[in-house]
Amino acid sequence: MSLIFEKSVDGRRGVTFSALDVPKYTLPPDAEYLRQSPAVLPEVSELDLVRHYDGLSSKAYGVDSGFYPLGSCTMKYNPKLCEDTAALDGFCQIHPLQGGLSAQGCLEAAYLLTEYLGRITGMDCGTLQPAAGAHGEFTSLLMIKAYFKSIGQNRTKIIVPDSAHGTNPASAAMAGFEVVNIPSDCDGFVDIDALDAAMDGGVAAFMLTNPNTLGLFEKNISKIAGIVHGRGGILYYDGANLNAVMGISRPGDLGFDIMHINLHKTFATPHGGGGPGAGPVLCKEFLGGFLPRPTVVKDKNGRYSLKDGVRGGKSIGKTRAFFGNFLVCIKALTYITALGAEGITDAARKAVLNANYMRALTSEFLPVGSGACMHEFVASCEELKRDSGVSALDVAKALIDCKMHPPTIYFPLIVHEAMMFEPTETESKQTIDAAVAALKQIIETAKTNPESIKSAPVSTPVGRPDEVKAARKPVLRF
Amino acid sequence: MRYTPHTQADIDAMLSKLGISDISELFGGIELPKDSPKRGLDISGLSAQETERSLKRLAAKNKVYDTVFLGAGAYKHYIPPVVRHIAANPRFVTAYTPYQPEMSQGILQAIFEYQSCITRLTGLDASNASMYDGATAAAEAVLMCAGGGGDVLVSEGVNPDVIAVIETYLSGVGRTVTKIPLGADGLTDIEFVKARLSTAACCLISQPNYLGNIEKAKTLGGLLNGAGVGYIMHVYPMALGVLASPSECGADFATGEGQPLGMPLGFGGPYLGFIAAREKYIRKMTGRIVGATTDKDGKIVYVLTLQAREQHIRREKASSSICSNEALCALTAAVYLSAIGKRGLAEVGEACLSKAHYLADGLQKAGLKLKYKDTEFFNEFVTVSDPADAELSADRILRRLRRRGILGGLRLSKTELLWCATELNTKDEIDGACRVISGRGGRG
Repeated sequence: MSLIFEKSVDGRRGVTFSALDVPKYTLPPDAEYLRQSPAVLPEVSELDLVRHYDGLSSKAYGVDSGFYPLGSCTMKYNPKLCEDTAALDGFCQIHPLQGGLSAQGCLEAAYLLTEYLGRITGMDCGTLQPAAGAHGEFTSLLMIKAYFKSIGQNRTKIIVPDSAHGTNPASAAMAGFEVVNIPSDCDGFVDIDALDAAMDGGVAAFMLTNPNTLGLFEKNISKIAGIVHGRGGILYYDGANLNAVMGISRPGDLGFDIMHINLHKTFATPHGGGGPGAGPVLCKEFLGGFLPRPTVVKDKNGRYSLKDGVRGGKSIGKTRAFFGNFLVCIKALTYITALGAEGITDAARKAVLNANYMRALTSEFLPVGSGACMHEFVASCEELKRDSGVSALDVAKALIDCKMHPPTIYFPLIVHEAMMFEPTETESKQTIDAAVAALKQIIETAKTNPESIKSAPVSTPVGRPDEVKAARKPVLRF
Repeated sequence: MRYTPHTQADIDAMLSKLGISDISELFGGIELPKDSPKRGLDISGLSAQETERSLKRLAAKNKVYDTVFLGAGAYKHYIPPVVRHIAANPRFVTAYTPYQPEMSQGILQAIFEYQSCITRLTGLDASNASMYDGATAAAEAVLMCAGGGGDVLVSEGVNPDVIAVIETYLSGVGRTVTKIPLGADGLTDIEFVKARLSTAACCLISQPNYLGNIEKAKTLGGLLNGAGVGYIMHVYPMALGVLASPSECGADFATGEGQPLGMPLGFGGPYLGFIAAREKYIRKMTGRIVGATTDKDGKIVYVLTLQAREQHIRREKASSSICSNEALCALTAAVYLSAIGKRGLAEVGEACLSKAHYLADGLQKAGLKLKYKDTEFFNEFVTVSDPADAELSADRILRRLRRRGILGGLRLSKTELLWCATELNTKDEIDGACRVISGRGGRG
């Protein structure tokens, strides 16, 4: 499909502005700061624009289009109600600097959401400032660094299991830590001996995803907490998989000290094709003073305000200019308000039921690891590849032809030819049945006619891209 | 309200397949703490109707100002309806990061077009797919430029929140910022920079600066380019139809807050950070990048590319930890820029410039003075009042305007206000506000 730039016609207008009703001001014509060559933006009519993007949308696929079991991404349905509340003028038209007195509703919403997230996670305090999960990790790691500095300890290392999301080590490095990778066992559980050996006095924190990236609830949490805390370290909870346990088990009660939450996963805010998300950080009281500034506080008269220097004034500063991806937070608040405690627990239970059901159906034709899973499971195409040459990538591409989004593939790294399915709680039994039937058909075809699977997808506007060419000779703009 | 579709018959059939009688059995392996939780969930669920009412009640506790003269990092501009409608398309809204290019060409092409718009806006060679906000874009540009050591020079004319974020980002790697003072003209002190060229890694200024003044960005660029110091310009996109592009000024990086390009104020977010760079920085670039390639039939395909920089491949050696960015905001900005087009960008810039100068004239007639009267400004400027005139103190002015439903400028001190005007402010609004301040509109 041609680019909007290619549809441009000199002089055509989409939007026109009101005629200038004040005298035109002109900067000195010889000034060095005047633009010499104009920004050559597309010139199209409003209808050109509408049709162009309608065409693009027909080549996009969202949760609204169909099943999206992308493991670790929690692609649940995004209720329309949340879109409506976040579009209210009373939230959209509020300037972040207009003053707390005229933004009491925004501050109350932020206070409420932080409070609810605290109750759900068992943490004492938090911030809504981080714009995404990885941003929340980075924020938390800076807090951990500041905490150890404040008590005069020089801890320079962060331990990360090899099954962790790539953002964990990357965020730790950005925060200036040395990353120590430790192995996981074949189920993705923490290798306790490896942790024990690595956990010396130079380690600031251990970052753990629970349920882990194989969809299993870590079996040795109290032992892990004992080792980490026993040597003065901090236990970090990567909240990417919180959907499996919300309303059932709270990280704060299990010994975790600090965590981030992906509102765009667990709390149903849409992902927008790659953001905006939101990555609030929640923590125990002893880390609260290090949270980014400002904090929303409520006084004894029930009035809300934004304050710096709360809990001792040791804040790490700011990790984003204003108060977080606020309208995303409104969507999450709407979702939590609608679900309530029972709805939240129900969502986690159904997410786990769906994943186990899908896992059971899939186990009849693909290896899926041992034991019951939580909200997601990992199947392996290793044998299939050995026998037929058809890889996890090929299977994923063939699923596209079945009008569904493929699972996450080649993650976690510790399972060969991994396919990670996360159906989420908003999908019906019928949707899962149909998806597994399609998957089964693909696996059977792979054994008899592997070439047909390797040439998938065939129903899409384009075939598989030459990614090597894309990286070798980057074409990044029109 | 629940969004789970399971009927009892579904649940029974699923449990039967699993050979269990209750969902709770699936949680059997979970280690639960022995002592009961300190706080219960204690959130009562509501129906959709009640939830909507409850959120509307919250929204109603905020004051929506029709007339806004406040900017300082977040700006109220006209958002054409077509922008909102296109950006609300569920296929854009409810998609994940486009990991499967064959079924995500729409999103990938939209981001490619966004990247193209940003390179045209800034004149630079490459843009990434978006950043969390303008401040984090500036911070990561600094990290890219200053990785090899050397001083990080940041003008005091940069928005204080942006400086704060840069300082926080640098604190991780134990680095600090050297602030370049402003001269009496409200512009970055170029002599200060000259004296530090030999030890500087990079220099960041804002154009126009936080106080609205138009920096001598080209002169500075000449100096920095000559000394091989990385030059980052943090720019207001709405000014780029009028003011020299970062490329014309010799910048290596352009960063900025893209919120004015079609996003509402939204109490601070979600916003859009943009970052563009010269060719030589492309393989160090932070965040997602979309590139064009072909499929086996030679058809053009857009893909996420240069992923060897990124966290899921490089882990602790990645150039950044960014995973989710602000894709839908980038799409919104691309729609906005395509809607207003080449001429619209210049027009909106000229309107901002003219309205702000009309406002400045009015405020001067109302008794305020311009703090930097000999310096050219774009659409923001600082006024000062006579400390002896209590009626014209910043607080009194803001209060009187508030009573008339007008959001005044940002209070910088007892006597100083930072004002902003955009194409949305009409002559009548400006005249009205000035009357309120001069007292001719009745003192409240």
